[in-house]
Amino acid sequence: MTTPVSSMLLVLVGSVIGSVGAIFLKSGAHKLHRHWTSLAFNWRLALGIGTYLLSSVLYVKGMSNGELSVLFPLVSLGYVCTLVWSRLFFQEVITKVKVTGVALILVGIAFLSLGAQR
Amino acid sequence: MIATSTPEVHVPDPAKRKLAIFIVLGCSLLSAIGQYLIKLGANQLSHAGLFATMIGILTIPQLFAGYCLYALFTVLFVYALRHGELSILYPLIALGYVWVTITAVLAFHENLNPYKIVGIVVIMLGVAVLGWGGSGK
Repeated sequence: MTTPVSSMLLVLVGSVIGSVGAIFLKSGAHKLHRHWTSLAFNWRLALGIGTYLLSSVLYVKGMSNGELSVLFPLVSLGYVCTLVWSRLFFQEVITKVKVTGVALILVGIAFLSLGAQR
Repeated sequence: MIATSTPEVHVPDPAKRKLAIFIVLGCSLLSAIGQYLIKLGANQLSHAGLFATMIGILTIPQLFAGYCLYALFTVLFVYALRHGELSILYPLIALGYVWVTITAVLAFHENLNPYKIVGIVVIMLGVAVLGWGGSGK
């Protein structure tokens, strides 16, 4: 079984879009308070969920044709994007601890992918 | 702008930050189960178009159940995001890879090789580093 480039692109775009969805989810989460309107009219949350759904549809399409060993590592690009988005949109500090943690996760996923081929 | 009655939202609370990390670790298990169900369902629509895929999410039981878990995941994740940093919480979901691999070996007797063991250990290490750093030590 080989993995078509179209599947790789779908999974890649899906994971980047998913990380963008997390930005909207977090900014929407901060707008929530006790009044129900803060949930019902929360366009940030709605956009976040919509973006997540779109990313899932692309993800399902991509995953339906191809090997997990190739497609898994592409999903992890979303974690790197999130570090950048967190700094840009929420002024979170990129610490050595965070970079180390994410780097270990990427290495781990690469090993799992190698393992899946055998 | 209407003033809200919850000024505590942006003040970091160490206990809630820690809770947020544990919630997301739980979320990673939900997402792993959801992903497995979605993968099962996705096999049934390998050449469906975008519209057929959307219909499939509603009509294929595994896809539907998978997305219900994703809905629960989203509610918990939004709650966690209120109290924690995105740069810590989002990568923690990678623990799902560990759940998927362990389930595949235990339940579906998929073979376990050294690469997978190293992968599981290294991901758990990364999650531990993030969780430890994110809870403010």
